[in-house]
Amino acid sequence: MAAIRTKPDHQSYTFPGFGSDRFPNLMLRGAGDLHNWHLKTYQERWEGYEGMRKALKMEPSAVIAEVKASDIRGRGGAGFRAGLKWSFMPKDTPEKKFTRYLVCNGDEGEPGTFKDRAILEYNPHQLIEGMIIGGWAMQCRTGFIYLRGEFAWLIDKLEAAIQEARDAGYLGKDILGTGWDFDILTYRGAGAYICGEETALLNSLEGRRGEPRVKPPFPASVGAFGQPTTVNNVETLAAVAPILRMGGNEYAKLGTPGNTGTRIYGVSGHVKRPGLYELPLGLPLEFLMNDLAGGSSTGAKIKGVIPGGSSAPIFTEKDFDCPLDFDTVRARGSMAGSGGLIVMDERTCMVQACLRLVKFYAHESCGQCTPCREGCNWMEMILHRMEHGQGRPGDLDLLASLPPRINMRTLCPLGDAACGPVESMIAKFRDEFEYHLTHKTCVPGTRSILPAAHAGAH
Amino acid sequence: MNHPLPPETSPVPLAPGERLPKAKREKLSPESIAKIKEIAAKFPDRLAGTLPALYIAQREFGFLSLGAMKEVAAALDVPEGHVFGVATFYTMFRKSPVGRYHFEVCTNLSCALNGAAELLQKVVEKTGARVGEGPTADGMWSVEEVECLASCGSGPCIQVNHGVFDEFVDEAKLEAIIDACRRGETAAWGE
Ligand SMILES: Cc1cc2nc3c(=O)[nH]c(=O)nc-3n(C[C@H](O)[C@H](O)[C@H](O)COP(=O)(O)O)c2cc1C
Ligand code: SF4
Ligand code: FES
Repeated sequence: MAAIRTKPDHQSYTFPGFGSDRFPNLMLRGAGDLHNWHLKTYQERWEGYEGMRKALKMEPSAVIAEVKASDIRGRGGAGFRAGLKWSFMPKDTPEKKFTRYLVCNGDEGEPGTFKDRAILEYNPHQLIEGMIIGGWAMQCRTGFIYLRGEFAWLIDKLEAAIQEARDAGYLGKDILGTGWDFDILTYRGAGAYICGEETALLNSLEGRRGEPRVKPPFPASVGAFGQPTTVNNVETLAAVAPILRMGGNEYAKLGTPGNTGTRIYGVSGHVKRPGLYELPLGLPLEFLMNDLAGGSSTGAKIKGVIPGGSSAPIFTEKDFDCPLDFDTVRARGSMAGSGGLIVMDERTCMVQACLRLVKFYAHESCGQCTPCREGCNWMEMILHRMEHGQGRPGDLDLLASLPPRINMRTLCPLGDAACGPVESMIAKFRDEFEYHLTHKTCVPGTRSILPAAHAGAH
Repeated sequence: MNHPLPPETSPVPLAPGERLPKAKREKLSPESIAKIKEIAAKFPDRLAGTLPALYIAQREFGFLSLGAMKEVAAALDVPEGHVFGVATFYTMFRKSPVGRYHFEVCTNLSCALNGAAELLQKVVEKTGARVGEGPTADGMWSVEEVECLASCGSGPCIQVNHGVFDEFVDEAKLEAIIDACRRGETAAWGE
């Protein structure tokens, strides 16, 4: 089955200036080099495990304080402050001892997002180091790395890296003489986007169906196997290693106040140089899309960009100057989410794009809540009709009426996520939807992106 | 995520899982059972062994028949209903046979923008399998559309047998992938 990949990688992980003061290189160190994953390389070239050594000499609460000082926000989607999340974990008292767990979310299922795999593939030790630091800070017993099932091709390498760390004495019993035991186990999902949602992930990790849980209780009180648990994204945990190495205050100088540090942006779609780019937060979308990723690959103008993974509402030209940080993107009506930019040129039919995304959410809904389960299917059905020239009068209003009835009425945010593309695309490209209803076909000049069985008449 | 319960027999010959006579598909090998128990013991609760165990059973039988699921339940000592529930929730657990080479093409948005639809069409033409309709008559190929494989920046991408993963797939690359399967250089499903 899956083996360690030996093919060269074509992806543009780097750009001129990468690794400079302005664009520090904290996360993608050595990415693209297939031998970079070894412990030896990590320690010799990338200051590996220095952050861990520093952390293990500190009090656990001081480590949390350091992460709080860095003000790093979760890179998994919601942008929740990691230091704050860590401080929710209950501490031992003389009467009660807890078994705490740290879970790394490596489900990476959001369309448009492909950053975590680069860390897992090229820099697994940075993640392992981050997990050891987090495990120490919260005094966890075990760390779990939950990977999506399709990552079978990289799991061997990750396991090998974990073994290297064990052999070096960084995992296992009495780590570096602290008397603290910690180990990391990997767990493979089996093809369900919803398992990226943290409570669904915990259910899946326990060997159950990946259905989100009712909150509260939050994972910090009842998480994996009924014990207090913290779930963090791969990139968040990997960033903890440089935070400890540099010091939280130093890290907080990167990016903008309230949106600190660097993050890995993935650019895909109609650009010349799609790939991963590590940038401090707060640089304009245009800079990333045009200067770094090379602008339109087709020669046609860029019509829309989804700025933070498929769940984020779409941006049009007037928002291309938006700084990519959590707060400004939100203020402009979208979300920074997982940092995946999907770029679409003028010849993309928005009804097709919308249908393809909604089909995804309809397929991935776990089915627990009626508004999400039925609503997503309704949206798919209506869009399907429109795309196939069978739209009925009133369909557009019917479609537009669904998101308000799904949004905020579901157990987990998947329902809301499905509404983002629909609401924003109707608002910004209403004419295209209307054209489909009146002319029973796509706007002239667009080209089909859907497989034949789904595509409309062109 | 609703899937029908698995068919116990399939009219299609030769596909993995069908190579074994039905009787042989009813019992997990002692090695698999030992492996399942070993993995389950690593976790705080043996229920957590369910997903790994289903992968092991899928590997041995080619797909998860009702009998395979019952075996997993017995090996883990958990209720059968729990195992059915889990197996039917996840798409990577196959409830019916696939071809010796199972192709999965991402057709989600980023890949679609870069020609996933044409790629899917080519896979269909070259293998003769129909999308989502099980293996070809000779049991060699099956093709499915899948959701994002986390390779959006290097799409269109393809995964063969849940293992071998390829990006920037154009016609020449696809030809090479298929040839490698024909020559048996890519491990067949379940091997
Ligand atoms: C439907 C859905 C899918 C999600 N998928 C992922 C995912 O693939 N990876 C991830 O890290 N977080 C994902 N999340 C976010 C997680 O629930 C959680 O917020 C995150 O793992 C927390 O990590 P962070 O605080 O480090 O960002 C998803 C959330 C939802 C609602
Ligand atoms: S919102 Fe959708 S995916 Fe989330 S719990 Fe409800 S039905 Fe499941
Ligand atoms: S959209 Fe195809 S891999 Fe993400």
